[in-house]
Amino acid sequence: MRERLLEGVPRQGVILLSALLAVLLLVPAVASDYLLTVGILILYFAYVGQAWNLMMGYAGQLSLGHALYVGLGAYAAAALYVHFGVTPWIGLWAGMAIAAAAGGGIGYLAFRFGVAGVYFAILTIAFAEFARLGFDHWPWVGGSAGLFLPVANFANNDLVNLRGSPTMFYYVMLTMTAAAFVLCHALLRSRAGYYWLAIRESPEAAQALGVDLFRYRMYVVVLSAAMTSLGGVVFAFYYNNLFPEQVFHISRSIELILAPIIGGIGTLFGPLIGAFLLTTLAEALGEAVRAVGIDVPGVKQVFYGVCLLLVVMFLPDGVWPPLAKALKLDRRSADRSSER
Amino acid sequence: MAALLEVVGVSKRFSGLKAVEQVSFNVPEGEIVGLIGPNGAGKTTCFNLIAGVQRPDQGVIKLGGARIDGWRPDQICRAGLARTFQLVKPFAGLTVMENVIVGALNRTNSVRAAQQISGRVIQQLGLEGKRDQRAASLTLPDRKRLEVARALATAPRILLLDEVMAGLRPTETDHMVALFQDLNQRLGLTILMIEHVMRAVMALSRQIVVLHHGQVIAAGAPEAVTRDPAVLECYLGEDAL
Repeated sequence: MRERLLEGVPRQGVILLSALLAVLLLVPAVASDYLLTVGILILYFAYVGQAWNLMMGYAGQLSLGHALYVGLGAYAAAALYVHFGVTPWIGLWAGMAIAAAAGGGIGYLAFRFGVAGVYFAILTIAFAEFARLGFDHWPWVGGSAGLFLPVANFANNDLVNLRGSPTMFYYVMLTMTAAAFVLCHALLRSRAGYYWLAIRESPEAAQALGVDLFRYRMYVVVLSAAMTSLGGVVFAFYYNNLFPEQVFHISRSIELILAPIIGGIGTLFGPLIGAFLLTTLAEALGEAVRAVGIDVPGVKQVFYGVCLLLVVMFLPDGVWPPLAKALKLDRRSADRSSER
Repeated sequence: MAALLEVVGVSKRFSGLKAVEQVSFNVPEGEIVGLIGPNGAGKTTCFNLIAGVQRPDQGVIKLGGARIDGWRPDQICRAGLARTFQLVKPFAGLTVMENVIVGALNRTNSVRAAQQISGRVIQQLGLEGKRDQRAASLTLPDRKRLEVARALATAPRILLLDEVMAGLRPTETDHMVALFQDLNQRLGLTILMIEHVMRAVMALSRQIVVLHHGQVIAAGAPEAVTRDPAVLECYLGEDAL
């Protein structure tokens, strides 16, 4: 099992990953509460970014409505907890099932009727919007007034009901992010992974080589939706309040795809690096404009936008691919150098 | 014995234009058949109909006795028919090896087994030096080879080659011809090839089908076909022989 997981991973990569994991495990011991919440945010974006990347980065299916799956997971687990006292560990299965069904429904409509490319993206936006409007008018989940969870008691960490301190949430998110990383790594080396890449590169050629396009596109949408919904479950129990206007809003969908885009679409490390850079950048900019005394509304966003622009201009493949090359972690360059 | 591939009375029109009309021919098991004809004769449309990219308006296509017209391309591939594209469609962002592995996974669930198959096929096509290069960086002749490698990796019973010799140097053509001869003789691979390079067609085909304006105008042994007056007139020209 271990050999199979590490197959094809350069030695430096194993060392780097172990070091990274060790650092991440130790963060709560040294970080302040503020830094810990930043850490949770980074891990959250890394996790949902990884889930989105599976669909876009590997299989080439652009979703601009992933907030739908975050929201469905969040609402399902939160409503079950608020109304029936169901632990989120059971609620998350409901959330995943509902999100998977929603993803499957959208996928079925799109892939059966040949809706592809930007039209597929529009379809995903449309369904997220349906959900936003629907939840706004659904009293059982609080409607537009929002759904609230009992505020956590930070003194006790109640893992069963996900009530507790940021440290607990940090470790929950870290576990999920690490698990998503390992899962995606394994998937990429499976038949499905190769088929997804083939579909991304040329659907016609893939089909001619025996790839059932409909089936493998459905797999990736359902899997990505279910994974994303898990992020929503944690989101709900961490923030304790859910408003359809915020949870399902398109800005949420855009926000969660930035990390993989900046970090490097279709790479395992992209979502991680992207989430780290973007979240720390946003926080640091906030601090910086306050320190300089130009804390006018919008200034932070302008700087943030400029930074994104620079990355996209100078690193069109994202941050990770050139970084990997510099660190000699790029599998292809590693292979080639070993041949010589 | 029934032919491996049977095309019976197949027609296809594109909004009024008859691309293929009442075309019938057989490809017997273990044979190499050439499909020739001037540009626009309907050769590639024929391939697309056989491979399931398009559905014929009329007619029947059978592979190993089973009707395959109306099937999807991936189903037809799994049934044992692989094809190359005239306008090559490499998985540009993937390495040569990864490209071929996708094909090899048609017959196995195991990526490890697919890697072994791919390694062998890549060697057969003389691409081993470029295994880990991205397909996007390949030259056109190498891309043609990659098309063939991917199709071969699916372990087909019949291989449809759409102008794989075009753009190759004569020595490369000879190499390719030798490869197909070897695959045909050693493994009994059946081949249907569209080809303009007559040197390759004559060397490989035991039977030739000539299409013109979407119809079969001649079929038979290469020597007979190339002397057929109708073929000479429409395709090869008076001074060809």
